[in-house]
Amino acid sequence: MSERAFNDDTVPRLAQGYRFQWEPAQNCNVLLYPEGMVKLNGGAGEILKLISEKQQTVAEHIAELKVAFDGADLRDDVYRFLDEAYNNDWLRK
Amino acid sequence: MTGSENNNTPDRAQGSIGSSIGKVGDQIRQPLWLLAELTYSCPLQCPYCSNPMDFANVKNELSTEEWIDVFKQARAMGATQLGLSGGEPLTRPDLVELIKAARDLGFYTNLITSGVGMDAAKVAEFKEAGLDHIQVSFQASSEDLNNLIAGTDAFKHKIEMAKAVKANDYPMVLCFVTHRQNIDQVDEILDLCIELEADYVELATTQYYGWAMHNRDQLMPMKEQLVKAEATAHRYQEEQKGKMKIYYVVPDYYEERPKACMNGWGNIFLTITPDGTALPCHAARQLPGMTLPNVKDMSVDEIWNGSDDFNKFRGFDWMTEPCRSCDEKEKDFGGCRCQAFMLTGDAANADPVCSKSPHHHLIEEAIEAGIAEAAKPVIDQKPLVFRNPKNSKQISAK
Ligand SMILES: C[S@@+](CC[C@H](N)C(=O)[O-])C[C@H]1O[C@@H](n2cnc3c(N)ncnc32)[C@H](O)[C@@H]1O
Ligand code: SF4
Ligand code: SF4
Repeated sequence: MSERAFNDDTVPRLAQGYRFQWEPAQNCNVLLYPEGMVKLNGGAGEILKLISEKQQTVAEHIAELKVAFDGADLRDDVYRFLDEAYNNDWLRK
Repeated sequence: MTGSENNNTPDRAQGSIGSSIGKVGDQIRQPLWLLAELTYSCPLQCPYCSNPMDFANVKNELSTEEWIDVFKQARAMGATQLGLSGGEPLTRPDLVELIKAARDLGFYTNLITSGVGMDAAKVAEFKEAGLDHIQVSFQASSEDLNNLIAGTDAFKHKIEMAKAVKANDYPMVLCFVTHRQNIDQVDEILDLCIELEADYVELATTQYYGWAMHNRDQLMPMKEQLVKAEATAHRYQEEQKGKMKIYYVVPDYYEERPKACMNGWGNIFLTITPDGTALPCHAARQLPGMTLPNVKDMSVDEIWNGSDDFNKFRGFDWMTEPCRSCDEKEKDFGGCRCQAFMLTGDAANADPVCSKSPHHHLIEEAIEAGIAEAAKPVIDQKPLVFRNPKNSKQISAK
């Protein structure tokens, strides 16, 4: 497997200056950062919400999401998203 | 964006998940970006300033309550980004109060400042009030040139402020507006940024609005300068990967296609000027036939959705040829309306930056005029006209 930005034991954090919030006017979760905004789709929104609320390891995030999503195995999806978010500078280790 | 006044996409990072704010071509029609020009007072006198030449005639700044009311209205319409700019926003004594109100409403608050008027205690106060982001603009990398361009002694103070920003746990975001007089120093500029441990650096090219337009012959960079500056910027971008992020914006005068100005007229940007006039872009006051609606007289919703000004260049029906039948019009909306007006006399023309424009020669001539000016012996060169109230009154009286 190619190298991943995070592993089960790392604690992802939002990068400095980034803020997660629910936007009623857009009816979606967004990530706000200096002079910009990204609208998040459902899954991405759930993961970032959790990361912004709780300082915990990736393994703990995955476990919690699993419960929220009726036991679905989200492991690969979560890691794929984390890599993408890391490459976009949204997340830090 | 607001950041520097390069009226292209405000996005720094482009996300692949979900859609980013105002991707070019999107018809959003929601004022996602509110630029609050709190005041036109400013202790500096940058000759490249994009503020209107007649700023000294603008009276009756909005009160604290009026600004907060504008924030509320725009927020209810979906605005998320707030730029606090000017003039120098630090000259507003109620700045902390405005920041707090905006942050409490859920805005992402960006302070765009020269740093003059700021001290470490103030930065801490902004933090306390919930300010999200500060961008400090510099005029150049050396004390002498910086102070010469700024028309005041500000350099040492700016360095202190950049450090105070970082000490308060903000990313250090520095902006340098480049032009012929400082663009040969891109390496020194970036060395200074490295020394200060900046996180983001924007090398913003001078856009020719307001005072910059007036001083265009003296500010226009040469092609060779640009080639060199771009190569230098790219070298530093590589070297600094993962440490300092460098944004380099190519001047549109040297391009074949115009910028997608403001992501489309009346699409995502709303500027409110110090006296409450609402504009689709910070330079639009100069366009003929504008009705200049004011937030003192109407709601932001009425202005955004119902005013002639905001509807004037929405969509594509207003276009003239070659834009009207061009298959690229959804990419760039025909460029900048103000640039079209300033250069061709008709705001509905194609931005002359476009090589398809029958007026494209005007851009080439402007570049030639800059070259001719630079070739003159120094004593024969036109002096830079500094942005200050005295010059403003004098020039706008003419
Ligand atoms: C008009 S200034 C107002 C805020 C503050 N006085 C300052 O200079 O940072 C807003 C931003 O636009 C940039 N700017 C000013 N004139 C410009 C121009 N002609 N082209 C591009 N950016 C410009 C400034 O460097 C600053 O980042
Ligand atoms: S004169 Fe300089 S510091 Fe003042 S508003 Fe203009 S760009 Fe900003
Ligand atoms: S002709 Fe108009 S629409 Fe076509 S590329 Fe040029 S500016 Fe854009």
